[in-house]
Amino acid sequence: MTASVPQSGLPALETRGLAKSFTLHARDHLSFAVLADIDLAVHAGECVVLDGPSGAGKSTLLRTLYGNYRADRGAILVRQDGEAVDLVQATPRQILALRRRTLGYISQFLRVIPRAPTIDIVAEPLLALGVDRAAARAKAAELLERLALPHRFWDLPPATFSGGEQQRVNIARGLIAGHPILLVDEPTASLDAANRAIVVQLLQEARKAGKAIIAICHEEATRAALATRFFPVPLKAQAA
Amino acid sequence: MTADLEQPVLEVRGLAKSFGDRRVLSDIALSLWPGEVLAIVGESGSGKTTLLRAIDGQLAPDDGEILFHSRNQGVVDLATLSESQRRRVIGNDLGYVHQNPRDGLRLDLSAGANIGEPLLQAGMRHYGRIRQIAADWLGKVEIDAARIDEPPMRFSGGMQQRLQIARNLVTEPRLVLMDEPTGGLDVSVQARLLDLLRRLVADLDLAVIIVTHDLGVARLLADRLMVMQAGRIIETGLTDQVLDDPHQPYTQLLVSSVL
Repeated sequence: MTASVPQSGLPALETRGLAKSFTLHARDHLSFAVLADIDLAVHAGECVVLDGPSGAGKSTLLRTLYGNYRADRGAILVRQDGEAVDLVQATPRQILALRRRTLGYISQFLRVIPRAPTIDIVAEPLLALGVDRAAARAKAAELLERLALPHRFWDLPPATFSGGEQQRVNIARGLIAGHPILLVDEPTASLDAANRAIVVQLLQEARKAGKAIIAICHEEATRAALATRFFPVPLKAQAA
Repeated sequence: MTADLEQPVLEVRGLAKSFGDRRVLSDIALSLWPGEVLAIVGESGSGKTTLLRAIDGQLAPDDGEILFHSRNQGVVDLATLSESQRRRVIGNDLGYVHQNPRDGLRLDLSAGANIGEPLLQAGMRHYGRIRQIAADWLGKVEIDAARIDEPPMRFSGGMQQRLQIARNLVTEPRLVLMDEPTGGLDVSVQARLLDLLRRLVADLDLAVIIVTHDLGVARLLADRLMVMQAGRIIETGLTDQVLDDPHQPYTQLLVSSVL
């Protein structure tokens, strides 16, 4: 674990009293709380690894921070252009703008887009920022090169790739736009040791370049290499 | 991006419609900005297509406003316009893609003329230029330009649907309404059409409302999702929010029913 990074200024992302529960209407409206009173602040240059047993709600927290799950209560303040936008109160359009420019998410699995070649899937977040196609593809090629994805795959749709290959495509897509905040769920789960080392290095570089990273990761060596700090997510009593 | 300085292309408020004593649309409200894709999902009879047809002026609402931001006349309430006023005001700013391409194509015209006709109606007169644009659009929707003089009946269903899309987009509308555009197509043909739609929407900064019963289509194409049941909007949000964290009982049932 790296020595803690001195913090100055306002956090890149901060939650206050964040709570999330689920209600299953088909199960007689069974309701269970997953997150309650989460207060988390993450600054630029930090990598906070979420710590807790399976089922504690680490992925739920990460998805809630991205606006993928809708919070019940509390605030998620995301810093964009020097202003804090509360994701919990934001309109869908504001959330889309946050995701385009500020909030990146690298999920465990690639959502394949039919027919789209790998290099275009990776380049897409840059195109959405208005970067022209040639520049976006060049940047995508650079990342795929670093992630050691063989050239012959670049123009193929990733639907038939192995899990590890898809995961590397996903990581390239997640890193390409240089979002100031990165939410990362098990970035190395299906990778061999060599590829795991590459991904760890890329994430370390991103952090040192001033990104704020929140990660879920079970593998001990990767956790130690990535984390500047751990944040406990305790197991809740599953009833509300 | 200066998106927030823009105005919505479409703003619907309090829209209601009954057929006899059966209420088919109740208190519908939505807004749509340039470049946004909104999917409407819901079971048959939930009012999805009725809403689309009301926005398109194919049926008159009983109540409510349909504020459309036209290029020439600024914001107009489509609910109050007659058919002829409507044509004059919105011109080609609004497109409609039918589920069955035969409903949206002129079967007595060639493929090229199907794309050229909206340009003629918009006042373009140079025949060579129109033909050139039609050929370009055939290319964009992945139809061999050599088939420009063939009638659409000789095309496959997937090609006909792509031709209908070209006919709709050639005049660069601000808003396109699509009713189950991938409905009758084989899965592989569907994937090709979806990929094409995705690229066209991004390149042209189109606003789109797409009615579909296929949640995969919604996830792939739409930024936002609206769930309808019995003529009402019961849940709305970002597509991934509604599909990954559905709140309403009907939405949970819908999401959990996907194979």
